[in-house]
Amino acid sequence: MDIFLDQFFNLAIMTKVFPLLLKGLWMTVKLCIAVILLGLVGGLFVALGNLSPQRWVRWPTVVYTDVFRALPPLVLLIFIYSGLPFAGIKVSPFTAVVIAFLLNNSSYYAEVYRAGLISVAKGQWEAAASTGLSRSQVLTYVVLPQAVRNVLPDLLSNTVEVVKLTSLASVISLSELLYSADMARSVTYNASPLVLAALFYLVLLWPLVRLVSHFQRRLAA
Amino acid sequence: MDRFLDTFFNPVVMAKYAPDVIGGMGVTLTIAAAVIFAGIGLGLALACLRAYGLTILNFFIICYADIFRSLPPLVLILILYFGFPSIGIRLSGPMVLFVVLSLTLAAFAEEIFWAGFSSVEKGQWEAGIATGLGFTRTLAYVALPQAVRLAMPPLVNRVLAITKMTALGSAIGVAEILSTSTTAQSFSGSATPLTLSVIAYLVIFLPMVVFARWLERNSAWKSR
Amino acid sequence: MAYRPMLEIVALEKRFGSNTVLKNIDLKVAGGELVFVIGPSGSGKSTMLRCCNRLEEPTSGDIILDGRNIMSGTSRDLNRMRLQVGMVFQGFHLYPHMSVLKNVTLAQRKALKRSKPDADARAMDMLERVGLAHKANAYPAELSGGQQQRVAIARALALDPKVMLFDEPTSALDPELVGSVLKVMKDLKSKGMTMLVVSHEMAFARETADRVVFMDGGVVVEEGKPEEIFGAPKAERTRTFLSRVSS
Repeated sequence: MDIFLDQFFNLAIMTKVFPLLLKGLWMTVKLCIAVILLGLVGGLFVALGNLSPQRWVRWPTVVYTDVFRALPPLVLLIFIYSGLPFAGIKVSPFTAVVIAFLLNNSSYYAEVYRAGLISVAKGQWEAAASTGLSRSQVLTYVVLPQAVRNVLPDLLSNTVEVVKLTSLASVISLSELLYSADMARSVTYNASPLVLAALFYLVLLWPLVRLVSHFQRRLAA
Repeated sequence: MDRFLDTFFNPVVMAKYAPDVIGGMGVTLTIAAAVIFAGIGLGLALACLRAYGLTILNFFIICYADIFRSLPPLVLILILYFGFPSIGIRLSGPMVLFVVLSLTLAAFAEEIFWAGFSSVEKGQWEAGIATGLGFTRTLAYVALPQAVRLAMPPLVNRVLAITKMTALGSAIGVAEILSTSTTAQSFSGSATPLTLSVIAYLVIFLPMVVFARWLERNSAWKSR
Repeated sequence: MAYRPMLEIVALEKRFGSNTVLKNIDLKVAGGELVFVIGPSGSGKSTMLRCCNRLEEPTSGDIILDGRNIMSGTSRDLNRMRLQVGMVFQGFHLYPHMSVLKNVTLAQRKALKRSKPDADARAMDMLERVGLAHKANAYPAELSGGQQQRVAIARALALDPKVMLFDEPTSALDPELVGSVLKVMKDLKSKGMTMLVVSHEMAFARETADRVVFMDGGVVVEEGKPEEIFGAPKAERTRTFLSRVSS
């Protein structure tokens, strides 16, 4: 038992690496902000493309969502970070992560938005259009608020996944939370920094996970 | 254009490393199948247990599901792979990948099945119990089939997301698709093996994505 | 008197694939006139109404609103035209995420570009007119069907339309709530609004309509004053229809 505590919950080590992990956490937060915002906006456009009556808009976006949902985000990340330099395109780790996850997330967010948009009754479009609002006004003021409200739990749970996904950035040595923890692990020969990182993720995400469950229960009722 | 083709679609490199990547596909598929089987089985078992409404047990089930839905799998993978040997538990890379992904899938599956149970009407339970089936048989014959039907679309999506995470095995040296192709990339000095991995993943997962989409639309029609 | 209709439908045709739902429809509605359209379901009457503000795109033909052909022009012209054509739907279609007041002010603000005080004042006037000023801050879900439909009427009226289209405005209402909506419509008529109404409220048609149009199978079978159509219909199809609905 002692050895277990010493290896996983070593307070001395945890205290020592805490500032380092905090710095890593800050990088994770920056990543999250960039990736979530881009994903939310990009996903909306992809969803609108998915629902477009024009075939030459619809098909490419449908292929886009399917392909990027089929590829593991880590594969995209490695391809962009290690593959593109062969073609003379060099990107920083941060940019590589943002691009890879934008491709991945926008596809997932797009699916959520799409479900939301088609859940809004057709009559809402017609009523709003009949009062002289333009298509983009109908979308902005009437349809989108309802669509987002209808799929809020899914948007939220997708966002939780995005935050978890940022841990993959450690694979290409971007010094976010997990990378910092793993560095500390390899220096201290002790898993406590990883456990501390796990605790950080829990503090960050558990409330959101609870919220998702809460929403889902309320919608089911 | 030629240079682009040569970098990403070099036929010589492709021919040379395709067998390795195909071997990686075998590993990916094997681990994915094991994860799906174990994860769904455990998740379903936990959801059924939860239906009995035992307060203490449910508390632990909920905590388990919450924690494994909150934690990035890569964190758990690193803890198991690098931390556990120091307390005498030495698991191979594939085993670590299997354990972590199964537990993660089980946490999500439990929540999905539970949501399915919750939306089975109360009258269904009462009808089952009133006809003398008893709780367990009502659960098995009445509630479960309805819950599973409701759970299918979200479950398929989740299975897809988690089996894709087998790519995380590359971080701990599991010879699945991604790690065979990154190894090949460093040996060959060409980006072509990475293209091979993209193709390999598309071959495996694109049909699943299309199937998931189909399932989602069709079940939506039937329930309306 | 030079007769210039407020709304004129000329040689309107609508096909869905190979299925022709409207054939060569001609109809004129004069300013201040209330024209009632009746007919069996599937007769194309709702489709015709929806063509009048191009919610349904006509296959051919023209819709002329106050002397201007709405079939030509850009999408901006289309939006401007729709401001002048108020529409009331069977299913109300109030925006569930907005208060009653915001429902009535949205298009005033965004499409007409009225200032907030102007839009609010206009909205309150209209809500007053339909008897629901006290519900301005309520949400649609808190209102009865009849109240929701009256708000929908206020929403359309607030834009100062030249014509109001009613698409079975009372069909989704409980019988006891129908009266309140019809009362508002009657009041509109008395204030000189031009109205084209698709409805099954025969008693109301007989009492208030200036003209009744009977449609069947995508064509106008006959039209005339209410007493002519209800009292002495000329066409066999009209007689059959009326005997079925009155029994």
